[in-house]
Amino acid sequence: MSVKDYLRERYMPHLWCAGCGHGIVMNNLIRAIIDLGLSKNDIVMVTGIGCSSRISGYLDFHTLHTLHGRALAFATGVKLARPELSIIVPMGDGDAIAIGGNHFIHAARRNIDVTAIIMNNSIYGMTGGQFSPLTGHDKKATTAPFGSIDHPFDTVRLAMGAGASFVARTTTYHVTSMKNILKKAIMHKGFSVVEILSQCPTYFGKKNNMGNAVDMLNDYKTHTVPIGSKKKKENPDLIERGIFVQEEREEYCAEYEMLVKKVKKE
Amino acid sequence: MSMENSAKKGTEENKTGIEINMDWCKGCGICVAFCPHNVLAIDEDNEKAVIQNFDNCNFCGLCELRCPDIAIELV
Amino acid sequence: MNKKKVFVQGNEACVEAALYAGVDFFAGYPITPSTEIAEQLAYRLPKKGGKFIQMEDEISSMCAIIGASLTGLKSMTATSGPGFTLKQEAIGFAIMAEVPCVIVNVQRGGLSTGLPTSVQQGDVMQARWGTHGDHSIIALTASNHQDLFAMTIEAFNLAETYRTPVILLFDAVIGHMRESLIIPEPGELPLVERLKTSVDEKTNYHPYLPREDGRLPMSDFGGVHRYNVTGLMHDMWGFPSTDPRVAYILMHHLYEKIEGHVNEICRMKEFYLEDANCILISYGASARSALHVVQSRRARGERLGLLELQTLWPFPAEAVRQKCERAMYVIVVEMNLGQIMRVVKRAIDDPNKLFLANRIDGELITPQDIKNMLRMIYGKGV
Repeated sequence: MSVKDYLRERYMPHLWCAGCGHGIVMNNLIRAIIDLGLSKNDIVMVTGIGCSSRISGYLDFHTLHTLHGRALAFATGVKLARPELSIIVPMGDGDAIAIGGNHFIHAARRNIDVTAIIMNNSIYGMTGGQFSPLTGHDKKATTAPFGSIDHPFDTVRLAMGAGASFVARTTTYHVTSMKNILKKAIMHKGFSVVEILSQCPTYFGKKNNMGNAVDMLNDYKTHTVPIGSKKKKENPDLIERGIFVQEEREEYCAEYEMLVKKVKKE
Repeated sequence: MSMENSAKKGTEENKTGIEINMDWCKGCGICVAFCPHNVLAIDEDNEKAVIQNFDNCNFCGLCELRCPDIAIELV
Repeated sequence: MNKKKVFVQGNEACVEAALYAGVDFFAGYPITPSTEIAEQLAYRLPKKGGKFIQMEDEISSMCAIIGASLTGLKSMTATSGPGFTLKQEAIGFAIMAEVPCVIVNVQRGGLSTGLPTSVQQGDVMQARWGTHGDHSIIALTASNHQDLFAMTIEAFNLAETYRTPVILLFDAVIGHMRESLIIPEPGELPLVERLKTSVDEKTNYHPYLPREDGRLPMSDFGGVHRYNVTGLMHDMWGFPSTDPRVAYILMHHLYEKIEGHVNEICRMKEFYLEDANCILISYGASARSALHVVQSRRARGERLGLLELQTLWPFPAEAVRQKCERAMYVIVVEMNLGQIMRVVKRAIDDPNKLFLANRIDGELITPQDIKNMLRMIYGKGV
């Protein structure tokens, strides 16, 4: 099976801007699924609203393009109803952590077997470049013309604190590690969070003079380090990437199945 | 050097060729920048990726993995 | 053959009916006065291998039942005013994506936090127009537990038949009041099961292409047909489209799908209408007081009648017009500031003969309240 076999080709080329990292995420997510040998009929992709969410239209799975911030709530319904299906939930940074924040922490708390992919481009792209909770202090956006006074979440620590049993961060520069992390996340039995820093040259890059897509990708290379790297101590501003948490813990649907078995015996 | 959007050498089985989908490519330049052997370039006319030094290509596939438009493929 | 007779709350009757209808998925969030529905389904669903989940809020509860319904399960949520408000965007999504599901709204007093343990019927217009944009919706109600049971079954049947969310608009009195209920035998009440596509794996399935009979066969997520579901304007494959013709067709389809079948969806009960010269129109708990007045006045030879609405939306305007044609007076009896009265006013021939007997102080409207209105109409003063 080639990458194209997983695309709904009639809708390509996709709508993302030239150089947008989201295409790189879609590219390597398909490759991860090919490596895993998953059947298209067993995958339900649930997305919210925003640039990232349009990924579901291009992929030949059962696709559910829901409401801004609510993808994980829809996904919880699909998963609990049909636990045998693989549920993949790509979201934007605002989609998952701003309006979707409440559903994000509760899906993590439940440790429901769903793979949440946060395509973090540090901006609301679809609506034209407003800042999001992950944009970053002093960064500019159409709604932060003087530089944002907001301090961002650390998505990884937020996910860990909320109870996710698989938490990783990577970038659209590190394509091979992204594919491997996505494979582990999808196969992980529990709530998996993969934050992927994904460049937005059109808004975030332009508004903050970060050059073009290639420059932003090179920034990902130089500004991120593997977890535990010495460089991080010397320069705390560097962002750690890799797998932060990978634990086997009771998964929500499995717990529910056990409850049903126990209750049915009574 | 002819500006091709696809070139092939060697036999079918091993991936010894590159194919660029001109409809999907948006000319972002990522493949050009990160190709370790300077095989690709952006065509001035249509601002799309194009094969410039096919002989340098060792089919590492980085262009394929890094392309946001799934527009370049080893064949 | 003695049928099972129980003495239950309205909320419990709703649970019994939902289980009878084959509900397999419930997502909810605690809110007075509907919490008992969640509590009992938390107990009953696991026992039959069904799925129960308490979500983090009403929004996620509504989203979860849509997700579950798309995998083929009959799904339901229950809430009250504040939660009903939170669910509106997702209800709109279920209308646009044509996903069958049932939403119970047990109305409580006042707007906002209001009077959580008191009664009112103030969400009637919200049930119709709560979510943004032009659309149609089905909303049913009931004034006693036997009818509530039947209407809950109807809600699931209509949801599957028209592939739409259906709202059960009860109120705190009916929800919390205990009354006897006879539970029908399995098979006694007809059930509509999920209509699945007969298209085989190799053929293209169109999730949004109605058959000649208007029905829209579904294909479960996880099945052999992969398609897209979105809240965006979409074509018959379910993919986003900005083509004006697609929007025109879809908007009219979503509207006519229900408004075009008012008669099939209309449920109402009539008491002494044949020769009534003064007709009360009521629904839910208010209809109990209205019926009491009609029966006591009939005993004194006054030609009063009651038209009890069980389908609020789509509003049966033509049927109401006909039934009130010969009446001298029409009195709408409801616990709000005239939300159904306004619709009746547009429906009947002579709006000047229309009156409103209502109550919005959190107390159940009483027969005396209605009699006071009758005295006013007949010029006797209160």
